[in-house]
Amino acid sequence: MLVAIDLRCAAMADDAELVAGLRTGDEAAFAALVREHHAAMVRVATSVVGSRAVADEVVQDTWLAVVRGIERFEGRSSLKTWLFHILVNRARTAVGKERRSGTVTAEGLDDRFDAAGAWASPPVPWSDEVDDRLVAERLAPSARRLIDELPDMQRQVVLLRDVEGLPADDVAEMLGLTAGNQRVLLHRARTRVRAGLEAEMDVR
Amino acid sequence: MIAFVRRRFRRRPDAIVCRDAVALMAGYLDDALDARDRVRLEGHLAACPHCSEHLAQLRVTIGALGRVDVVDALPEEAVDDLVAVYRRWLAD
Repeated sequence: MLVAIDLRCAAMADDAELVAGLRTGDEAAFAALVREHHAAMVRVATSVVGSRAVADEVVQDTWLAVVRGIERFEGRSSLKTWLFHILVNRARTAVGKERRSGTVTAEGLDDRFDAAGAWASPPVPWSDEVDDRLVAERLAPSARRLIDELPDMQRQVVLLRDVEGLPADDVAEMLGLTAGNQRVLLHRARTRVRAGLEAEMDVR
Repeated sequence: MIAFVRRRFRRRPDAIVCRDAVALMAGYLDDALDARDRVRLEGHLAACPHCSEHLAQLRVTIGALGRVDVVDALPEEAVDDLVAVYRRWLAD
C-alpha cells in the first residue's frame, strides 16, 4: 500500500516536472513524453481508426493539442490519462464515433461451462510454470499479436487497461461505456488472449 | 472432485458456481466488487482449484499484456523527427 502511494507520488512529481517543461517550451520534456507514450498512442489510435496512416495523423494532432493546451492541464488526472483522453477523442472523431456510445453485443453462451455452471473441461494447470516477469516478457509478442485479432471494442479496452494501465473509470468514459460494459469487454478480451497464450504454450 | 465441490456448494445458500465466479474475476482484479460478491468469490476460490488456476492464468495474461510495450518501441530517429516538429510549432 505504502509502495503504491510512493509510486503515485513519484509519478505526480514526474508529471509536474514535465508539465512545467512543456509550459516553457523545453524540448527535453517533449522528447521524454514522446519516448514514453508515442508508440502506445499509435497502437491505441490504430485500434480505433483501423489505419496506420490515419492513426499517425491523429497522434500528431494530439501532440499539437497537448502542446497548445498544456496551460489548461489541471493535474486532476495523470498527464498520461489526460493525453490518452485527447487521443481517443480525436481518434473517435476521425471515424465518426464521437457521439455514439460503445455497445456490447451478446456473445454465444460460454461453452466452457456445463448446464449447472461448473467447468465442462477444467483449465489445464500451467500458471505455476510461467509465473514470473521474464516469461511475461517472452509472452508479450504473442500477446501483441493476439490483441490485433480481437474485436474492435475488446481490443481498445484491453490496450487502454492492461497494456497502458489506465484506470477503469477513465477508460469507460473515453470509450463511452458504462462501468459494467467496460468490465465485460475487458473480461472477454483477457479470456481470448489467455486461450491464445495457452494454445501457444502447447499444454493441452 | 467437481462433484465434491458441487455438493459442498449446495449446502451453502450464498455459494456461486464456476461460471459466476469467472464472471466476477474482472471486477475482483480491479478491486471493484462489493463486499458480498468478494466474499462469495473468495469462498468459491478457496474450495475450487479450477477457478483458482483460471484466476492465476488471467494474472499471467495480464502480466504479458503489460509487457506489450517492449514489442514496438520507438526508434530514436522518430523522436528526433517529432522534436523537430515541436520546434516548428513553438516558432509559429
